[in-house]
Amino acid sequence: MTGRVAAAEERAFSITLGAQGQMTWRGKILGIVLLAIVAALGAAAHFVYKPALPPIAPPDPQNFDKALVAQGQALAAIGDCAVCHTAREDAALAGGRALATPFGTLFSTNITPDAKTGIGRWSEAAFVRAMREGVSRDGTYLYPAFPYDHFTHVDDADLQAIYAYLMTRRPIDSHAPANELRWPYDFRPLLAGWDLLFQHKIPFVADPAQDAEWNRGAYLVEGLGHCGACHTPRNALGAEHAHQAFAGGVIEGWYAPPLNAANPAVEPWTADRLEAYFHTGIDLDHAAAAGPMGPVVHDLAAAPMADRKAIAVYVAWLMRDSPAAIGKRRPPLDRADYAQQEHARGATLFAGACATCHGAGAPMMLQGRPPLEKGSPLQEADPRDTIAIILHGLAPPVDANGPYMPAFADEFSDTEIDEIVAYLRARFSDGPAWADLAHAVASARKEGAS
Amino acid sequence: MLTLTVNGREHSVSADPSTPLLYVLRGELELDGAKYGCGLGQCGACTVLVDGRPVFSCLMPIAALPGRQIRTVEGLGTIEAMGPLQQAFAAEQAAQCGYCIAGMIMRAQALLDRTTSPSEAEIRAHMQPNLCRCGTHMRILRAVQRAAAAMRDKAEAAR
Repeated sequence: MTGRVAAAEERAFSITLGAQGQMTWRGKILGIVLLAIVAALGAAAHFVYKPALPPIAPPDPQNFDKALVAQGQALAAIGDCAVCHTAREDAALAGGRALATPFGTLFSTNITPDAKTGIGRWSEAAFVRAMREGVSRDGTYLYPAFPYDHFTHVDDADLQAIYAYLMTRRPIDSHAPANELRWPYDFRPLLAGWDLLFQHKIPFVADPAQDAEWNRGAYLVEGLGHCGACHTPRNALGAEHAHQAFAGGVIEGWYAPPLNAANPAVEPWTADRLEAYFHTGIDLDHAAAAGPMGPVVHDLAAAPMADRKAIAVYVAWLMRDSPAAIGKRRPPLDRADYAQQEHARGATLFAGACATCHGAGAPMMLQGRPPLEKGSPLQEADPRDTIAIILHGLAPPVDANGPYMPAFADEFSDTEIDEIVAYLRARFSDGPAWADLAHAVASARKEGAS
Repeated sequence: MLTLTVNGREHSVSADPSTPLLYVLRGELELDGAKYGCGLGQCGACTVLVDGRPVFSCLMPIAALPGRQIRTVEGLGTIEAMGPLQQAFAAEQAAQCGYCIAGMIMRAQALLDRTTSPSEAEIRAHMQPNLCRCGTHMRILRAVQRAAAAMRDKAEAAR
């Protein structure tokens, strides 16, 4: 690349000097403009270019310290590596999972230590650079769907442990399918510009005013746990809005609710309840973990209790000014008659399809499930979660006895789901009716969120 | 009164529109192939096809059914003239207590309507929502494979 730039510079000089070698004033201006362009291109090339780091002979798994590997395993659970980097249950970390983004579909990479298709020939330095800077071993830019904007805050010791964990997994020979991104997003060097704007390589700084548990939670939530990757809204270039941290985001057709003062929960989330939610996937006053949160809980359940608790402490703190937390939330609401009048057909469908489980005193409720009047989805500003749960159902995230709901995509038309959702919102929330439900249901079905 | 189309025949039914289809099939239309298992959409004993897709009839209000094609195990054949899946389940002795079988057959029918050469993994994944408490899963699997083979042979012979 630098060679090409030098050749271009030479050409620019010969044009500037003109045919007779004598510079006219027009030639001078042209020359200055060209020089500026060439300088800019040169600077850009220098800025964009990232060297390949030398491949290494795949390290012998026996050479890694067992305690370090165990520590890495716990950290990888918090980082949810396996959630995105696994497409098939029998091929953990071998990549290939499709990630739908507004820019097209990305396929996660193989991060098993396979020498040919995975990271078997990556040095620790190459791994650290990928985590901190979003650059692959061979110097190509990685897409920020890989949350290196968060991982950049992870400290050296933790990265070393995660490296030890990954390099001691079973190598799996598996090439990820090629990404299907729209032009121009398929041109990776553009990511240098993204990084310049949005990638802030700053280490985590503890807040001395807070205790050690809070700081541990903050370090994990902002860094490895990358909670904001889903729970913070993103701008047109797919970067998190810096000034709307944890204000709620959209991910794979689901709505990740706000984890700040805008959290709409009817009952307050406390650190203890969050910690329990993180390893059971259910909280009776809020929700069952659904959509992308299911696999997150599945992994968090395997993380050390102390870390889960620290994360819970910090997340509860993020929501400390929410209406429920400050005691300003109205009590749970059940306006059955009003909703029946407003949405008679939705009421009929609800009675036949939903009430056997969700009605008061139903066997399902006696097993311990969040009642609809307290469940978060119906209180949210966005109908996506309610629609997605009805269309696709719920699978127990942690163990087979967890919350389950069958999918209703084949039972009901878009119009019928629209009617049920409008009925539920009117009955159990005093929030405004969700706008344009018909469109929301149709696009949720089309996206096939799961 | 709502009009339901079951196995190609139209029926006027008097049940309340919020009534789940299962109760109308069994109570009003006297089609008692589909069974009440859990009533919660968790076991699949009540599975029938609606517009070709398997649904839990215990959670399917009839209000959503006028104009749609409902298919039950009675629509696949009679005792004298059994359909391929019914024959295969009998041949493999895939029923023990038999309570889940009508639902199993209907779910399998949805798969074989789509393809007559499903892989074993496809059959297992497709049948996953339906439970059998007796443990005849391996026989059920073989019955579905046998029915698929019979359907392929028939299609081959017709060519």
